[in-house]
Amino acid sequence: MTATTTRAATGPVPVTAALALGDDALVLAHRLGEWAGRAPVLEEEVALANIALDLLGQARTLLSLVGDEDELAYLREERAFRNVQLVERPNGDFAHTIARQLYFSAYQHLLYTRLAEGDGPFAPLAAKAVKEVAYHLDHAEHWTLRLGDGTAESHERMRGAAEALWRYTGELFEPVEGLDGVDPAALRAAWTERVGDTLRRATLELPTGPTSVSWAAGGGRQGVHTEPFGRMLAEMQHLHRSHPGASW
Amino acid sequence: MTTTAPETVDTAALEAVFDAAVAADERIEPRDWMPDAYRATLIRQIAQHAHSEIIGMQPEANWITRAPSLRRKAILMAKVQDEAGHGLYLYSAAETLGVGRDELLDKLHSGRQRYSSIFNYPTLTWADVGAIGWLVDGAAITNQVPLCRCSYGPYARAMIRVCKEESFHQRQGYELLLALSRGTEAQHAMAQDAVNRWWWPSLMMFGPPDGESPHSAQSMTWKIKRHSNDELRRRFVDICVPQAESLGLTLPDPDLRWNEETGHYDFGPIDWDEFNEVLRGNGPCNEQRLARRREAHEEGAWVREAAAAYAAKHAPGPRPGGTPHHTPERGTAASGPTKHPEAMA
Repeated sequence: MTATTTRAATGPVPVTAALALGDDALVLAHRLGEWAGRAPVLEEEVALANIALDLLGQARTLLSLVGDEDELAYLREERAFRNVQLVERPNGDFAHTIARQLYFSAYQHLLYTRLAEGDGPFAPLAAKAVKEVAYHLDHAEHWTLRLGDGTAESHERMRGAAEALWRYTGELFEPVEGLDGVDPAALRAAWTERVGDTLRRATLELPTGPTSVSWAAGGGRQGVHTEPFGRMLAEMQHLHRSHPGASW
Repeated sequence: MTTTAPETVDTAALEAVFDAAVAADERIEPRDWMPDAYRATLIRQIAQHAHSEIIGMQPEANWITRAPSLRRKAILMAKVQDEAGHGLYLYSAAETLGVGRDELLDKLHSGRQRYSSIFNYPTLTWADVGAIGWLVDGAAITNQVPLCRCSYGPYARAMIRVCKEESFHQRQGYELLLALSRGTEAQHAMAQDAVNRWWWPSLMMFGPPDGESPHSAQSMTWKIKRHSNDELRRRFVDICVPQAESLGLTLPDPDLRWNEETGHYDFGPIDWDEFNEVLRGNGPCNEQRLARRREAHEEGAWVREAAAAYAAKHAPGPRPGGTPHHTPERGTAASGPTKHPEAMA
């Protein structure tokens, strides 16, 4: 941590950063919620819902720091959401869900660990949430191992998922304004090491690229999203928007 | 315990011990001798109870992605998660009777075992989530609280845990409906419509009338069941009427009125034809619910196989000449050892 970033915990909360972190958690919680009743085993019904609930709790805390949680969740349009594109990716098969969780939880764990060490407005939330995220990461890592080093089919699915989502990982390390002085770029080496180690133990390789010629995700923090996101929001917001001013 | 002594004599003696234990309100535990029919009845009942928890996730999960506030969304997610947990407790309780979870799920998927008829109704609006909490969970609790004293120990203990969580859900459902009832006109109408659609199916959850419930007498003798279907249904109606009044909602029954003489509410006739149709598989969502469950199971097969293969590769210690018996369905690290059906033919 650099000294220039210290901020009293009671100080003003930077909106951009709160929305970035809050939207990441909100959107991924929603995607995980789509698994309810569809998981491959009952234990995973419990685990995926548990992770979704933790993330939803984080989202509520973060959004409430800068406004009304429901107004922010239900009345903003697509271009106003600041989440990374990784978390809005459709669930796909179980391997895609696990790869998405591995990449995101590894990032969130490093980020929250750093935020918790500081004394900025996100420190109290990060200190609590980092314990939850450690569990999410453990869960994703164990499933990466089981799928990567399981059967030929699961290996191929896990490899395909790790590769397909790779282009969405670069965005995790873009700067976020007002993030208690934590530069996400500084997390990249540790993230690559942790994720790479897990993939190797799962008999998989760390994907390479995207190369200069292929497209890489990068607009989420600026409110530029992928096509499935609009449809996700339509479903999420429909009922709330149908009853303006109602309380629930 | 099997012995080579004359079977009739032994069985009679064992049966006498069993009957005395039940009569003395003692708990029957997994290693105790029990009549085959008692075991079979319990397996059927506990399995169907477990299946109901699992199928019952679907009508509510239908609204998770559309919940109108983040608070309600969190409550609903937690509830659906609890239901999966209840399914797990109940499959474990059934396993103590010598039947495996895989086998039970297989029977659910192939339609050889049932689940509660109530989950074959659709959740058409957000208010249905509240009506399910208040009425469906309310009926379930009325049924399940006496099961906390059921003669079979593992089932009774599972019910204690389940009832605590169900009571919480029931209050949340009531509170959801209260918010709607006191909300805008459109919200109030939504709540009333949901109660209109869920009231009668909830009353059907108590099963056929006493005169048409052939297994009830035996279950009551064995103290698996403590009260008759009609008795529990009447108790439920008595509880619901004043609650509906406090909610500011009506119950869709023109014959519903207080009876001074009996000290209970009289209520109108239940449409048993509809009940029987739903049980026969002809309810609005029977096909959809089962198809979804099968689909989740089939689409998850490769995941369970992967977990089993990984566990076999990484099992501690050498295993000369043998492959560990990991069945795919139980292939997660969290599950316990596989039980093989022994008592069930």
